[in-house]
Amino acid sequence: MTTEAIIDVRGLTKRFGDLVAVNDVSFAVQRGEVFAFLGPNGSGKSTTIRMLCGILEPTSGEGRVLGFDIAREGEQVKEHIGYMSQRFALYEDLTVRENLEFYAGVYQVPGSERKTRLVELIDMAGLRGRERQLAGQLSGGWKQRLALGCAIVHQPPLLFLDEPTAGVDPVSRRRFWTMIYGLARTGVTVFVTTHYLDEAEHATRVAMIHGGVLRALASPAELKRGALQGHLLSLVCDTPMQAVALLERAPGVREVALYGTTIHALIDPAQQTAEGLSAWLGDVGITVHGATRIEPTLEDVFISLIGAP
Amino acid sequence: MFGRIAPIILKEFIQIRRDPRTLAIVLAMPAMQLLLFGYAINTVVDHLPTIVFDESRDAQSRAFAAAFHNSGYFDLRAQAHSRAEAVAAVDTGEARVALLIPPEFGNHLLRGQQALAQLVVDGSDPNTAQTALFAAGMVAQVQSGEAVASLAERLGRGSAASGIELRPVVLYNPSMLSVNFMIPGLIGLILQFQTLILTAFAIVRERERGTLEQLVVTPIRSWELMLGKIIPYVATACMAVGVALAVGRFWFGVEVAGSLPLLAALSLIFLLSSLGVGLFVSTISQTQTQAMQLAVFIMLPSVLLSGFMFPREGMPFVIQQLGLLIPLTYFLQILRGIILKGVGMEVLWPNVLPLALFGLAVFGLSANRFRKRLG
Repeated sequence: MTTEAIIDVRGLTKRFGDLVAVNDVSFAVQRGEVFAFLGPNGSGKSTTIRMLCGILEPTSGEGRVLGFDIAREGEQVKEHIGYMSQRFALYEDLTVRENLEFYAGVYQVPGSERKTRLVELIDMAGLRGRERQLAGQLSGGWKQRLALGCAIVHQPPLLFLDEPTAGVDPVSRRRFWTMIYGLARTGVTVFVTTHYLDEAEHATRVAMIHGGVLRALASPAELKRGALQGHLLSLVCDTPMQAVALLERAPGVREVALYGTTIHALIDPAQQTAEGLSAWLGDVGITVHGATRIEPTLEDVFISLIGAP
Repeated sequence: MFGRIAPIILKEFIQIRRDPRTLAIVLAMPAMQLLLFGYAINTVVDHLPTIVFDESRDAQSRAFAAAFHNSGYFDLRAQAHSRAEAVAAVDTGEARVALLIPPEFGNHLLRGQQALAQLVVDGSDPNTAQTALFAAGMVAQVQSGEAVASLAERLGRGSAASGIELRPVVLYNPSMLSVNFMIPGLIGLILQFQTLILTAFAIVRERERGTLEQLVVTPIRSWELMLGKIIPYVATACMAVGVALAVGRFWFGVEVAGSLPLLAALSLIFLLSSLGVGLFVSTISQTQTQAMQLAVFIMLPSVLLSGFMFPREGMPFVIQQLGLLIPLTYFLQILRGIILKGVGMEVLWPNVLPLALFGLAVFGLSANRFRKRLG
């Protein structure tokens, strides 16, 4: 049972007319993982999550979530998962406690456990003393934690989070992730979509999706180690925009991208070095203030994978 | 089975309690509508401002004018000094009716000749004009009868009552009060309005605020959500009808002549169709504003064509047939039948049958559409 995949998807495909939103995606998620689904807007993240939750039927392919077939046993899937979206679907005209009670009723939490479970959740979200406050009067971070409480009121073994931290301040985001990792330690599997790359850094494994196609799937460390062919240099120089344009034609340079005023260049170590590139830039009239080899971030990996500048 | 419906119903009631707008629609509107319609819409026209130009100036002409006044339909407001002045009063709207009595009126009457008088009526409101003409005709007929009788007496031929005398009896609403006619109709309208608007709003509000997206991912089945949304508003609609019946009974003195349980049962059948339309509106509206516009668009024909305000008998054939496509048309017959006439199923079934068929069809189709749209 412990090795059995919580989510197991093979060849999952969804078409909307001519548009292929999700194209032949396969992966498996193990118990207790925090599985990050990373991709830009419109990449097929939400479509995938909707299919996994049993509310959207795949065009082809198959998937099992908690052992239930997502196409045929959607109702059972829904009973056993927790789901929270970026819109924090709370009833703003209900109080904190009424929101929790509503979802406890919807998920049929037995009456005998309900009271203690609600106290637990209110403590977890740090909402003690605010039970009688209307949800609409809470600030973003509180709302987010209350929404999480509502999503896990029935203690689901699997939790789907669809861009859960969009539009929340950094302090609340951190607190939220602390709660998520706390849940993961108790054995809850977390499937989270995000476009915040720093959030994905902490995940057990990261799946990168673009244009409906799964481009990479590994732990963040593996991704950084394996996905980039070559060494990554960080360059600081005058007129960086111009430098980027020039570097695209420089010998031994595979990819160039601009981060603020810093240039990241991926070089083939057999053909080029940090010193060599600095000299080359100097020759074409650009003063280089520094060139050092750096560890790639997930952002570098992601941009490299999707082939964007 | 009701495990997941109960929390939805409970939540809906909490939301109704917290939302002053919904609360106003549920409680204040029925009473307000009833008072408004009960007083303002009085289709019985009387006390029409009337101006008289009397050129005859004798006992006969004065008796004739007084008879107009005493009928209750006409208020003699002024004496005109010329024909032009009398007509001008109607033009300006000072008077709705002008009574013109020529100089030889009294003499002709005394001599047993035909006496002529002219009535000028403002016809801009046909209903008013018709009432004026009808009432004036009656007054003239009675007066002429009396004149003939007194002439016969003077000629020494006794006062043998002769000719035809019609004695009408008005059933069900003997005093012919508009409010008696309006209350049953209003109950139908309130039922339709409340269930349609509130059900549509309750669903569209969830879509607007994004909570529907969340509910779809919970184990709630679409039929559970539907029932959970419908039941609270059926309950509030029943409350509203209760308020309307109470105001009708204790304020206007309109009692339900027929069976209350039958009224309740047939009302539930009627609700099927308006709930169905409410569900339908909810499936094609993204915002509450859209839902409201759509609801008004749908409700307007049923106010105009069902016979709620205007008698269907007066409508052209095609419009009458269109009215038969509106559930309220049938329900109005049922309501008036039970409340005013006190009749039962043996009389009402020709209206109940189409109403039930309509209700089942509309509700079934909308519920199906609702289910698909949610998935």
